Amino acid sequence: MSAHEQELHLGHQFEDLKQQIESYTIGMWIFLVTEVMFFGGLFTAYIIYRAKFPEGWVHGHHHLDWRLGGLNTLILLTSSLTMALAVRAAMLNKWKPQVLFLVCTVLLAFGFMIVKYFEYSKKFREHIVPGPLFAHKDDPGQELFMGLYFALTGLHGFHVLIGILVISAITIRTINMRRMRQDFIPVELVGLYWHFVDIVWIFLYPLLYLISK
Amino acid sequence: MSIAQKPNYLDSELGIKSWLTTLDHKRIGIMYLLVICVFFIVGGSMAALIRAELLTPKGDLLTSDAYNKAFTIHGVTLVFWVLIPAVPAVLGNFCLPLMIGARDVAFPRLNLLSWYVFTIGGVFGIMAVIFGGIDTGWTFYTPYSTSFSHTSVVLAVTAVFITGFSSIMTGLNFIVTIHKMRAPGMTWFRLPLFVWANYATSLIMVLATPVIAITVFLVGLEKVAHIGIFDPALGGDPILFQHMFWFYSHPAVYIMILPPMGVISEIVACFCRKRIFGYEFVAYSSLAIAIIGFIVWAHHLFTSGLSTYSAMVFSFLTFLVAIPSAVKVFNWTATFYKGEIHFESPMYFAIGFIGLFLIGGLTGLFLASLGTDIHFQDTYFVVAHFHYVMVGSAIMGFLGGLHFWWPKITGKLYAEGLARWAAVIIFLGFNFTFFPQFILGYLGMPRRYHSYSDEFQVLHVCSSLGATVLGFGYILTFCYLLYSVKFGAKAPKNPWGAKGFEWVTDSPPPTDNFDFKPVMREEAYAYKPDYEAPEVVHERA
Ligand SMILES: [Cu+2]
Repeated sequence: MSAHEQELHLGHQFEDLKQQIESYTIGMWIFLVTEVMFFGGLFTAYIIYRAKFPEGWVHGHHHLDWRLGGLNTLILLTSSLTMALAVRAAMLNKWKPQVLFLVCTVLLAFGFMIVKYFEYSKKFREHIVPGPLFAHKDDPGQELFMGLYFALTGLHGFHVLIGILVISAITIRTINMRRMRQDFIPVELVGLYWHFVDIVWIFLYPLLYLISK
Repeated sequence: MSIAQKPNYLDSELGIKSWLTTLDHKRIGIMYLLVICVFFIVGGSMAALIRAELLTPKGDLLTSDAYNKAFTIHGVTLVFWVLIPAVPAVLGNFCLPLMIGARDVAFPRLNLLSWYVFTIGGVFGIMAVIFGGIDTGWTFYTPYSTSFSHTSVVLAVTAVFITGFSSIMTGLNFIVTIHKMRAPGMTWFRLPLFVWANYATSLIMVLATPVIAITVFLVGLEKVAHIGIFDPALGGDPILFQHMFWFYSHPAVYIMILPPMGVISEIVACFCRKRIFGYEFVAYSSLAIAIIGFIVWAHHLFTSGLSTYSAMVFSFLTFLVAIPSAVKVFNWTATFYKGEIHFESPMYFAIGFIGLFLIGGLTGLFLASLGTDIHFQDTYFVVAHFHYVMVGSAIMGFLGGLHFWWPKITGKLYAEGLARWAAVIIFLGFNFTFFPQFILGYLGMPRRYHSYSDEFQVLHVCSSLGATVLGFGYILTFCYLLYSVKFGAKAPKNPWGAKGFEWVTDSPPPTDNFDFKPVMREEAYAYKPDYEAPEVVHERA
């Protein structure tokens, strides 16, 4: 074990750093598997009801603006890039670019949420939120589509919020520990999470915004 | 005593705060046990109410609404806060790191967090009981739960949602721990079978629990925001709920039964002084049960309009589960053959388990068959079947494990004679309670009714009397175990002459589990001399 590694924190339950790193990495991947199962339930509902109400789906998706969705896709993809660059900076042990890229990621995530806010508020104004006030009560397919839209994007948005919190925390940690040799594993694991959130959106965008006959 | 005692995990730190902030897997296991006991009392007293009501054919003790609430609270509390966590979160937490020679689980903080999440979920559950109760049955079937029930469905599903995450955390922790924290020499096929069982269980926890989380989340959303996914009036499909619910809840039965099966493997090996017959088969059968368990869920929907062909496929797949289950039972019994059998209390529980599981498992085949299932659907036959598996076997296995490791957990010996009696009383009481229910179901008594026709009374009275005996057995166990904590004789390191890392460390173990560095130099269960002599390397002494 080199003198460098001695500075890194080793949990009392572990024998060495390798064991610690591998444990955290496996743990993160298992967590992502649970996330896949979690979203999987909703995607199943999506598939079933899309098959049941093809018309409602086509009508429903006209309430969504593909340009705003596309903008958000662009924002999230860029944030995945900045996250990857932050991980690379962490591996090279350069704290300044790391902090810079992490801050960019957080700002982009906020950007995503702001676009989402405008999208949501428009739908509330136009009464295309499921419930007694829904504007197209005659078309259950549309209402289900909007219900799933809110459930899926709401859950995804919640994951973006969690991402903002976690990435901010890791940014502060990086700044506080800038004089020490740092462990890049936390950044890498947060990065994995963030890419997952991105990938979910990559599925959501075409499934919700880009429906054609 | 002349020499000062070495500190152990119980007395190294004292005070409530040291427990609430502990990262020690052993203490967290005990904290789980305490919460589980609270819910056992809640769910158990509901069972007492139910059995008292059913003494007479008229619904006289409880109104039908109160009765609906009683069996719902009984089911929800016992499933989510007792049966699912009992073995993994208590015995698994305590024993698993010890058994693989680790100082702790891979993520001790996550472990503590899981307990808090579990307890907070439990508080929501209790709130649901206090603020109006809930009357949907533990299955929360839609559209009744979403559109018609005026009870605290939202609170109850929130409680289940929250508690699910504690299960996920425990499962994740165990998988990583088993992969990465094994002592040198502890290869996969030297792992105690309890560890294998917990590994298979953790896979289910991690893969299935998120699905129930999203399902009850949608029920809550439906109730609060009317998004209509399960509401036929809004175009939704209530049957989708049944699919999603059972996608978790069938595998959940294996969360309840696989870990007790692991316990039985430990006990049978120890008290036969023999390696489990066909170790690899028993290990793989846990995985097989976990995997097949994921593709049988629709057997709960045979009468819900499932197509004939899917019903046939799911019936066939359900029969497949019988194979790995039978592998276990055959291998346990084969282990007895030419074993040096010691009849001590954990062995009583283990034999009781095998008996109850045999009946519970075989009656499952009646329900897996399409023809008979239509006759038995929603009758007491189903109630008896799943109680034999989820309650009879699972609690028997849990108690067996608790008795087996009690000297290790508390450092005290309990009254062995009473424990043997308790095992017998519980076994008999259980059979008296639930065997008549098979007959009731066969005769056509439907479940979830507080009144019934007169001809069923004899069997119901039998069942209620049996339940009294069963309750007495549980209370007796509770009393002498609690008594032993204060007044029991000091337990030696290895009171049973068992094999395994947990038996070479002190009773109770030190906070770091071992005063030496454990190295595995023999096969698991090397009781017979044809395996290498046991050896422990003392490096950190
Ligand atoms: Cu099932």
